[in-house]
Amino acid sequence: MTRRLPVWTVTRHAVLIAGALVILMPFIWMISTASKPQTEIFSSHLHLIPEHFALWDNLRAAFAKADLWRFLLNGLIVTVSVFTLQLLVALPAAYALAKLRFLGRDTLFALVVFCILIPPQATAIPVFLLLHKLGLLDSYAALILPFSISVFGIFLMRQFFKTVPDDLIDAARMDGISEFGIVWRVMLPTAIPAVTAFGIFSVVAHWNDYFWPLIVLNSEYLRTPPLGVANFRNNEAGTDYGPLMAAAMVVIAPLVIAFLLAQRRFIEGITMTGIK
Amino acid sequence: MSDMAIRIGAGDSPEQAAVGPRPRSHRAGTALTAQALVAPAAMLMLIILLGPLAGVLALSFTDYQLGAPSFSWIGLANYREMFADKVFWISLRNTLTYVVIVVPGSVALGLGIALLIQSGSSLRSWYRTIYFLPVMATLIAMAIVWEFMLHPQFGLINGLLRSFGMQGHSWLQDRNTALYSLCAIGIWQAVGFNMVLFLAGLVSIPKPLYDAAEIDGASGAWSRFRLVTWPMLGPVTAFVVVISSIRSFQVFDTVQVLTKGGPSKSSEVLIYTMYTEGFEFFRSGYGAALTVVFLVFVLALTLLKARLNRGVHYA
Amino acid sequence: MAAIELSAIRKSFDRTDVLKGIDLKIEPGEFISLVGPSGCGKSTLLRIIAGLETQTSGQVRIDGEAVDGVRPSARNLAMVFQSYALYPHLTVFDNIAVPLRMRRLSAAQRLPLLGRLIPSRHRTERGIREDVERVAALLEISPLLSRKPGQLSGGQRQRVAVGRAIVRQPKAFLFDEPLSNLDAKLRVHMRAEIAQLHRRLKTTFVYVTHDQAEAMTMSGRIAVMIDGHLVQVGKPADVYDNPRDIRVAEFVGSPKINVLPGMVRADRGVEALGRPLELSAAAAAGACRICVRPERIELGGGPFAGTVTHLENMGAEAFVHVGCDGMVIPLVARIDDPRRLPEIGAPIGFGFAADAVRAFDASGKRIETTPRLRVIQPREPALV
Repeated sequence: MTRRLPVWTVTRHAVLIAGALVILMPFIWMISTASKPQTEIFSSHLHLIPEHFALWDNLRAAFAKADLWRFLLNGLIVTVSVFTLQLLVALPAAYALAKLRFLGRDTLFALVVFCILIPPQATAIPVFLLLHKLGLLDSYAALILPFSISVFGIFLMRQFFKTVPDDLIDAARMDGISEFGIVWRVMLPTAIPAVTAFGIFSVVAHWNDYFWPLIVLNSEYLRTPPLGVANFRNNEAGTDYGPLMAAAMVVIAPLVIAFLLAQRRFIEGITMTGIK
Repeated sequence: MSDMAIRIGAGDSPEQAAVGPRPRSHRAGTALTAQALVAPAAMLMLIILLGPLAGVLALSFTDYQLGAPSFSWIGLANYREMFADKVFWISLRNTLTYVVIVVPGSVALGLGIALLIQSGSSLRSWYRTIYFLPVMATLIAMAIVWEFMLHPQFGLINGLLRSFGMQGHSWLQDRNTALYSLCAIGIWQAVGFNMVLFLAGLVSIPKPLYDAAEIDGASGAWSRFRLVTWPMLGPVTAFVVVISSIRSFQVFDTVQVLTKGGPSKSSEVLIYTMYTEGFEFFRSGYGAALTVVFLVFVLALTLLKARLNRGVHYA
Repeated sequence: MAAIELSAIRKSFDRTDVLKGIDLKIEPGEFISLVGPSGCGKSTLLRIIAGLETQTSGQVRIDGEAVDGVRPSARNLAMVFQSYALYPHLTVFDNIAVPLRMRRLSAAQRLPLLGRLIPSRHRTERGIREDVERVAALLEISPLLSRKPGQLSGGQRQRVAVGRAIVRQPKAFLFDEPLSNLDAKLRVHMRAEIAQLHRRLKTTFVYVTHDQAEAMTMSGRIAVMIDGHLVQVGKPADVYDNPRDIRVAEFVGSPKINVLPGMVRADRGVEALGRPLELSAAAAAGACRICVRPERIELGGGPFAGTVTHLENMGAEAFVHVGCDGMVIPLVARIDDPRRLPEIGAPIGFGFAADAVRAFDASGKRIETTPRLRVIQPREPALV
């Protein structure tokens, strides 16, 4: 737009910075608290910069009181397995729905679109009962299998595959690549941007998910990061805020760092829920 | 179109007999391959999504409890019990209150921030990143941080209030403020998401429209907003409102970890009630009935979105 | 080199018939163009030959063998696509190598990473490298081998696509409008290159295009398809000179052939625009259409009169548009010498030689015409 009055520029920055401070306040407070020794935390005197820097002590305490490494590892195992399964299931289906003609294709696609409408909480009770029947509760399988299909992923990839020219697929057929091979050798490489966005969407959703792990888990060693930090808090309620804030920092760190490194891609990936 | 594959056998010409048995057409093969490619997805969809969806409806008409040896069909008894239960109505009212506060709050702030960011060119991506940060951060961890910020004695909020000479408050422990505190966290978390959707909408407004508006005499920022930005953003706004509503309806994490619906049910919300009934008391049938109510609301909103979707350019 | 034989090919999508019984014998080593307006079914026919589409009925034979039900890759044909269809994530080298790798490496050897560990893969890869480099040298794309398709110009992509097709020495090449994405200048250049390629490889070329000029200039024979039918097959000059159907006459040649309303009288005499021509027709009396190519229209005198409505001076030649009563579309005449152009709006007379006339009956079928016996000037073509 055209040049603005400096007054406006100043106002713009003033308002945005004030807002940014409010938005950042919990993060700042979290880091500040995580860096304070207990005596400073429990003082009614407000200060952000700790007088004694105790971040390392608090982190050490956090890692000693809860198996944070384990939680992070569980988060990694769950998100990676979920996304891998989702890709294995969704890509072939998306390819067939986008590019092949077969009996029932339109019905299947209509079902996919319908399933996108189902909120995850809606199917929780029956899926829980199913896992109970199968004896799979309180296991990695319980965390992973219910998310092995992402109808949204199928939808997204199908829309993307639609834009891949038919000629490319025909060329692959002429070159001797099988239909199954086309999915992995031709469609997947051309769809890398969409796969990345979908991957970010999926990983963020399942790293941060609290509802489902809360329902199906019992054992401590299976806890995902959100569940781990929530349990930490329940056990330490009101006593040990330094290590608790340090633990919270650890839990949000992987995604926040990844986000800061590749924010454009992340924003793209996350706002895809908007289409969902 | 889909019956292409079946008709392949129809074209046998007389010469074929001489050539020998007709090899299976590879097109028919392709149709089989296609079905093989979608089979895992179709099966999982049935087992994990459609089956349970039907299951939740069916369960809501039973008195099934997890671990019970048998169950019976009890018709609408769950619904009758639910509608007679004060907790359900409190829960529904709280959920709606939450939605009615968080949606306008996060949409208006999101729009305002997006407009402010877009109105200048400096530091755009910095602001975008900062405001988007809460969307990325694990909500449970941040909820715990918020809890400490709202701590009656050592929390930042009360500390600030006191330094301005005001009275502190037991935000999460007071039945008059617990729900509103959760709303504030909800808005804090959702603003960045809405902002990004609005930014996308703003970017997609064709620049020549602003030039045209200028030539037509709309010189002030406000008249440009009225003439171009707001009408062009209309569909996006409607879309953002509906999405925020759906997301707000699903509020659970903060409630479960911070208030457990309390004090005295003052922050009880639908999904939390469903969770306690279905997964703490294992009254699956009753929990299913609550789920159905939740579903009705969300599906209604989703259908609304599907209608709006057509008007949104980038979706 | 392969002979391709199509017999009674029919194809319908849903309920629309796209191909309505195509019979065509393609000789080994010939360059044949399938040409016709868009939607005539030519691309579908090519895809049926390739095996990418299955005919509803009829048979395709390659070198005498029926190939129905044989996978596209097993037919050993190569295809060059309109959009080039290069794999965007692979380098030029890898693009050209794909068909070789799919043929020469086993499934295990093709596995990512693991495949490299299999010892024999190394030897096969060396053979593939040699073949790819030979083809690249032939097409003069050797410096581009390590680039991705996104970094190439349209003409370069076209060459890579051709390279991918010739590297495996197929029995025949199928081209699906390969030049239509190029700009006009490059298109003319690539025409010559493809024709040269055919002379060098001496393999069967089947070339689909909607551009009649492309078909006329490159191929040994053209097959004109209209509305799902193969209307005429022959040498370009024959088809141009002796169209058997008015749709062929109108499709082939640019500018379009002039169509004058006419009729066959009861005495077999022929009229155009109400004036008798020195022709007799072997057809029953009734309305007909008299077609004359622009270069056969003689301006400046003759039995017909009109007004100059528009001039197109191309430099080396010029086209004069003449509006006359009884015709909706102005008639177009070619003048070899643009320095002698008439004025726009000037009245002008015109005529044409009897042997320039191609007459068609009401249904569009060709009517044989013979000059009437009374020829006044035996040496000069009679101005009618």
